Amino acid sequence: MADVALSGSPFNEPRLARRMRGDAGIAWLLTLPAILAYLAMILLPLLAVLALAFTDYEFGARGFRWIGLANFADMLSDRTFAASIRNTVIYCLFVAPLSIGIALALAVLIEAGARGRAFYRAVFFLPVVSLTVAMATAWQYLLHPSIGPVNAMLRMVGAGTPNWLGSSDWVIVSLGFIGVWENVGFNLVLFLAGLTAIPRELYAASEIDGARSGLSKFWLVTWPMLGPTMLFVIIITMTRSIRVFDTVQTLTQGGPNNASEVLLRTIYQEGFHYFRFGYSAAITLVFLVIVLGLMLIQTRLIDRRVHYG
Amino acid sequence: MQTRPLISDLPRLALLSLAALVVLAPYIWMVAVSVKPQDEVFKASLSLIPQKWALIENYGKVLKTIPIWTYIVNGLIVCFGILFFQILFAIPAAYALAKLNFRGRELVFGFVMLGLLIPYQTTALPLYLGIHQLGLLNSYTALIAPFTCSVFAIFLFRQFFRAIPDDLINAARIDGMGELSIVWRVIVPNAVPAATAFAIFSVVAHWNDLFWPLIVIQKGNLYTPAMGILAFRSVEAGEDYGALMAAALLVTAPLVLAFLFAQRRFIEGITMTGLKG
Repeated sequence: MADVALSGSPFNEPRLARRMRGDAGIAWLLTLPAILAYLAMILLPLLAVLALAFTDYEFGARGFRWIGLANFADMLSDRTFAASIRNTVIYCLFVAPLSIGIALALAVLIEAGARGRAFYRAVFFLPVVSLTVAMATAWQYLLHPSIGPVNAMLRMVGAGTPNWLGSSDWVIVSLGFIGVWENVGFNLVLFLAGLTAIPRELYAASEIDGARSGLSKFWLVTWPMLGPTMLFVIIITMTRSIRVFDTVQTLTQGGPNNASEVLLRTIYQEGFHYFRFGYSAAITLVFLVIVLGLMLIQTRLIDRRVHYG
Repeated sequence: MQTRPLISDLPRLALLSLAALVVLAPYIWMVAVSVKPQDEVFKASLSLIPQKWALIENYGKVLKTIPIWTYIVNGLIVCFGILFFQILFAIPAAYALAKLNFRGRELVFGFVMLGLLIPYQTTALPLYLGIHQLGLLNSYTALIAPFTCSVFAIFLFRQFFRAIPDDLINAARIDGMGELSIVWRVIVPNAVPAATAFAIFSVVAHWNDLFWPLIVIQKGNLYTPAMGILAFRSVEAGEDYGALMAAALLVTAPLVLAFLFAQRRFIEGITMTGLKG
């Protein structure tokens, strides 16, 4: 990689070579603003959070003690944290498969014909660019137990009318549904890119092999060819949904009874509500390790994709 | 792809339209409720058109109770402030990483890759402490500064600059240009497509962000749009869904309109760069 900048250059005069050697000074000058901002905003805070996690520091306190792994031990008996982990996992396992499955179905449908492609793509993508907090309040109205249109429709067909965001049985499902709504468009666009990359000849070839129906062509060609895109979309959706915060903070504040408490909200609450910075930092590390784990899987998979290609 | 006769295309269009209707439901109801008077909202009828229009009432209440334009302007200042510094810092660094040979380049790039793995929420606690120490809570600086170094922008621009032919840069050197003016006069004009894509990604991310503003801002006059909606709902509007939907619509509209005008660029920008999330 180091040779790229020099290769293919027809200019080999000594003057230029001198200029190349003089690169170091100017290179550091050009990277200096970014390096300073990186140190101040990313690297030092990252190291600080690592250190904080092993202290009992509380915001506003005069000092702190190093308490080793005590914060992590506390997590094991912390019922809010347990609920938080459980709900975050349920949320991810709800949002990821549904938003991926629906996105794939819609992408195949869009790709199957010429009419309305740009229109539908734009409609499904709309939630990605919409202010989450504002749209969450719109969902709050839609899901309102007594005046919401969803329950009004359910009443019309004589079905039960759950308190979608207010009952601990339904709240994660409701938030999960909003999460699916938010993520489908993003995944859809990734799938559309994957679908356009499939060579047309494969479909023609599958017809010769006797795949007549759309469904058998899907299983024979589309599904295996989408493999790499699929793995990628799974990880992206997981890392996006593990960071759920806005909808929870707007709609339920983790309630009722911790039934919708999620990881980022616990970090926020412990840190900026109870000011237990040490404990909050420890939970942050748990969050970071999970995200890094997902990223590790992703890089592994991308490596594999390169080998296949 | 063959254009089928409309009649055989109908099942496909029907399915897509049904899904589209579900996706659009919150937008449709948001618009409808924002012009309904309160008593009609509470009747829970499924009619979208109000019997008595309350457009002026609802939007008037929003404008009267909260400084919504201030929130929107705050959102713009924060988003474009962040974007300005991100690009200002990223382009020279990315140029150096892509086109200059210097000892330590691999190390710097390694740190860029490390930064890509760290979600910004991870560093919130120490950043809050630092900003508190400096007495900068409740300021635009607190909202902007933590995001000024986008490793993602550096990474993206670096990939992009590597495709710029070396001959172009060497020709500029022979003409006697210094590296700084090469960045400004050769690289920046070539960076426009990558910068547009990144700009869309960055603005969408920060316009929608709630986590960080919630941490560093307590004063109402510095609220971002997302915080404004939260405050309006919890304190002033309560169950007044008409006014609440009006406020929600006003803060959602700017980005949605921009998206409708430049759909392709938005979709490209967010999915190309959105891999960072």
